[in-house]
Amino acid sequence: MQQLAGKRKLWFAISAGMLVPCILALIMWGLNFGIDFTGGSAWEVQYDRAVSTEDIASVLAENGRAEATVQQVGDADEHRYLIRLGELQEGSAEKDVLSEALGSLGTLDPAGEALETVGASVGNSIRDRSVLAVTAASVGILLFIAFAFRNTQNPLLYGVCAIVAMLHDAVFVLGVFAILGRFLEIEVDALFITALLTVIGFSVHDTIVVFDRIRENLKLNPDDSFEEIVNYSIGQTLVRSLNTSITVVITLLALLLFGGSTTREFILALLIGIVIGTWSSIFNAAQLLVAWDNGEVQGLWRRFTRTGRRSEHEPSATEA
Amino acid sequence: MRSKNRRLLLLILALTLFAGWIVLPGETLDVSGFKADHPVREGLDLQGGLQVTLEARPPGGGGVDGETLQGTRDTLERRVNGLGVTEPLIQTRGDNQIVVELPGIDDPEQAVDVLRETALLEIIFPNGANLPAGTIVQTSLGSGGDPMATPVATDPNAPVYDTIVSGSDLSDAYVARDPTTGQPLVAFELTSDAADTFYNFTLDHTGQSMSIVVDKQVISSPIIREPIAGQGSIDGMSAIEAQNLATQLKAGALGVPLEVVSSRTVGPSLGADSLDRSLVAGVVGLSVVALFMILYYRLPGLLSVVALLIYTAITFALFKLIPVTLTLPGIAGFILSIGMAVDANVLIFARMKEELRNGRPLSQAIDGGFDHAWPSIRDSNVSTMITCLILYWFGQFTGATIITGFALTLFVGVAVSLFSAITVTRTLLRALNEMGVIKSAWLLGLGSHDLERIADDRTGVA
Repeated sequence: MQQLAGKRKLWFAISAGMLVPCILALIMWGLNFGIDFTGGSAWEVQYDRAVSTEDIASVLAENGRAEATVQQVGDADEHRYLIRLGELQEGSAEKDVLSEALGSLGTLDPAGEALETVGASVGNSIRDRSVLAVTAASVGILLFIAFAFRNTQNPLLYGVCAIVAMLHDAVFVLGVFAILGRFLEIEVDALFITALLTVIGFSVHDTIVVFDRIRENLKLNPDDSFEEIVNYSIGQTLVRSLNTSITVVITLLALLLFGGSTTREFILALLIGIVIGTWSSIFNAAQLLVAWDNGEVQGLWRRFTRTGRRSEHEPSATEA
Repeated sequence: MRSKNRRLLLLILALTLFAGWIVLPGETLDVSGFKADHPVREGLDLQGGLQVTLEARPPGGGGVDGETLQGTRDTLERRVNGLGVTEPLIQTRGDNQIVVELPGIDDPEQAVDVLRETALLEIIFPNGANLPAGTIVQTSLGSGGDPMATPVATDPNAPVYDTIVSGSDLSDAYVARDPTTGQPLVAFELTSDAADTFYNFTLDHTGQSMSIVVDKQVISSPIIREPIAGQGSIDGMSAIEAQNLATQLKAGALGVPLEVVSSRTVGPSLGADSLDRSLVAGVVGLSVVALFMILYYRLPGLLSVVALLIYTAITFALFKLIPVTLTLPGIAGFILSIGMAVDANVLIFARMKEELRNGRPLSQAIDGGFDHAWPSIRDSNVSTMITCLILYWFGQFTGATIITGFALTLFVGVAVSLFSAITVTRTLLRALNEMGVIKSAWLLGLGSHDLERIADDRTGVA
């Protein structure tokens, strides 16, 4: 436990190993965007008996909705089916026709029905706002950390390291959902963005606790090396980080196992994000501070620019 | 110190009792209907219902002005009130959208039909009677094969009044002032076809009253003073009333066609099922966390569980008082904030143990633990609150209460957790210490070698 900071190259390698497949998945497959982003309808119906998804799809295709995909949701004995199709408005004549056609397969329960329709223009603006929201959250947090750590030598560096760890978490969650979207047809909706923003908040929450301890130890033991200080600061906050994550993970697991199916993917995104957020605050954020302090980040940069241009430039023109 | 702690203890007790009273369901111990006025607001994903976003699409393209949008909103509100929904939410969003949320509605299809009709303005002849504003009437237009259904059910024996002109005959309506008296009035202009009809009608009925009706509801019943041709005016009202009437006439007359751009309907049984499951999840989550805290931190853990229960009561009471509309993500946010509330205690207890191991007496260790943990609790919670604010903004854009509910519950939860985890736990811990209950180091999760120090502290030998 004492050599946590010493093994930072190993931790960075593990993080990189986790991120590479995520980034590849994002590039190759992208996210499986739901109707919140693309526009269209999600129609949930409940039958009194088991009905095959193929039958539902073919009934819809006969009525001019060949694009519809059908999936069973909830527990098997609930006979609930989720139909994804192009825009279908509540109260429209077409919906009555489709309802009646679907009724030929079994009795539909109107009390167990749900229809969500998003116009294409709304979908586009939700996408824009999502990007804006994530950016605004990052900038807001960066500024706040720089303010909270204004008495340290390099306040902006703490902010940058927290943001790097946060981006690590965000990319990981996005990547996992790109993979899930590819293989399990799990879609990304506005609630997913909510989960992502919450994960960002939690990730920074966790990182700040570690940074706070470093800040305090810097004041208490000014003679120790920065690497030593980071090392025992992590050790001192490790139990707390794990205990906090355990309690949050417990509550999320309870929601995942006992909560309804509507929020299952939302909870899953939170769960993945909280676990990876705990990892990154211990094994990335603080380690990055040390790497910067030891000039390793700058060294990498220098090597990169040297091989790139074969001439030596002033390297610290980045965030420092 | 002692008396200050005692006062805090009393304050916490009072707050808990008050919160508990609010949280107790239904009419238990209600005082003059206060609790009945503050029910739990369930979002439509919990009780079922309908949410529609309507977009104004003026026929020639282009935008709508704020006044027209507001007028259309008012018209929608009147119609919704006719549907008998308990807590409807109708608000404008952006430049050209209106969001309507109707929780607990049985027949979403009918509701959408009612909403989508453009506002219907009529001027009717009330057969010499003077109909007060608010009267629901049947008119020849509605029952005479007009494609639009009458939105409000009416008595079949009620009289059917003749419609003289309707919204499509009106070309403009605006507020003006009487040039001689200075009184506010609403001026309107008719299209040339309707002008003849209206002139003949007003010529025949000068001195009698006519009624202006929007969506079959009487708005006002002015007296016809003189025959009216292409232009007329309605007086006898305050400036505000005139403004409202002009807006309504315009919205009725120029009523912007509305198009449904997004909608969400949830069947009632689906919503009830989700609520039950979330409650089970909440109880299970809370119990396991409580068990974990007690096993790991022993006495302080037990106190933090007490603080957690107080926290749950206060937060839930605030949800009822503010009020916060509970949605599924909102409940998830609340349960998540339980985890964050525990975090503050975890931080404090870890620090307290360190202080004890460094040889501090218990009373100092309690204060030291809290003081040292405070900066990180403060900073980390502020960052979560920043995220909540951004989420709230994001949620407002994406559609009424689903995401804003999550942001709001998480925010309230984090804010209350600062109070419960710090003030409540510390006060309880101090009180127990003063009473001399903490006799064994085991209770604090420490080894036996720390026992003497604690004993010393209590006898004042520190």
